[in-house]
Amino acid sequence: MDSVRFDREPAAPRVPLALKILIAGGFGAGKTTLVSALSEVRPLQTEEVLTGAGIGTDDVSGVEQKSTTTVAMDFGRITINDDLQVYLFGTPGQDRFWFLWDELAFGALGAVVLADTRRLADCFPSIDYFEQRGIPFVVGVNCFDGSRKFSLEAVRDALDLDPDVPLVLCDARDRQSGKLVLISLVEHVARQRGEPVPVG
Amino acid sequence: MRAESPGPQHEWLDAAAGPVVRPYTLTGGRVRPPVDGFDLVAFVLTVPGADPTGVPGLQPEHRRLVDLARRPVAVADLAADLDLAVGVVRVLLGDLLARGLVTVRRPPAAAHLPDDNILKAVVSGLRAL
Repeated sequence: MDSVRFDREPAAPRVPLALKILIAGGFGAGKTTLVSALSEVRPLQTEEVLTGAGIGTDDVSGVEQKSTTTVAMDFGRITINDDLQVYLFGTPGQDRFWFLWDELAFGALGAVVLADTRRLADCFPSIDYFEQRGIPFVVGVNCFDGSRKFSLEAVRDALDLDPDVPLVLCDARDRQSGKLVLISLVEHVARQRGEPVPVG
Repeated sequence: MRAESPGPQHEWLDAAAGPVVRPYTLTGGRVRPPVDGFDLVAFVLTVPGADPTGVPGLQPEHRRLVDLARRPVAVADLAADLDLAVGVVRVLLGDLLARGLVTVRRPPAAAHLPDDNILKAVVSGLRAL
């Protein structure tokens, strides 16, 4: 952990290492709910500003009234210990905000893709995004009340998932359930590096 | 910061996109910070002993950032604490960095993701929740 310490000033407080995990999935798949269930702090929301004038604009003086808007981003925090924090970021649910994903995904440990079996196709773009960028992800099938029950194998086939991508059932409202999804993601990340995380 | 609902004529603007805002008034219209590196999970730390009082060109929001960062705090948390858009906070933090009032600790790039010991700590930490 020495590498994450702020070591130029001996008396300076230690700076924790922050790991970033994305919570993705289609609109209404339960992303906000999952972030809220897992976060140790009140559900936080921040906003990213879009300028309709275009990405790459350096100055919005005079144009902001008609061309800026905000995209709310949910985020939550889990403190593992003094040196380690996990930040969860819910991704914007709409295709036109894709460019925000690149920033969110930068340096991310991995992603949870929430799938709603009533609208399974809604999570295809998320899966494509992470596959194309080589970002490890797991798929959590959010079990909504009254949603039709599919077997995990049927869902895996429908999503055309690689065999090594974990697919787990979850209830996004439930902290314990969400926790297990995150654990399966971190274990998946570790496996991809070739060393399994021992159970315990 | 919030204004009336946007009209229907702009494809970017609708109920899902959120209200029309004028957030960059605070930054004088500047969208980009003078320096990069303010990732959402970059930690900001006020330089020990830094005193923004009397430093020209700073807004009250700058001073709040200096106070909040007396302990290491992530950019995303600062944006939430100040209830400002991340893009706005980045510009303000850039001002503070340029004046030597804060330092920023960037998160490691993807190529330097945590080693297995850290992943193990995350898993056991999560299990203990």
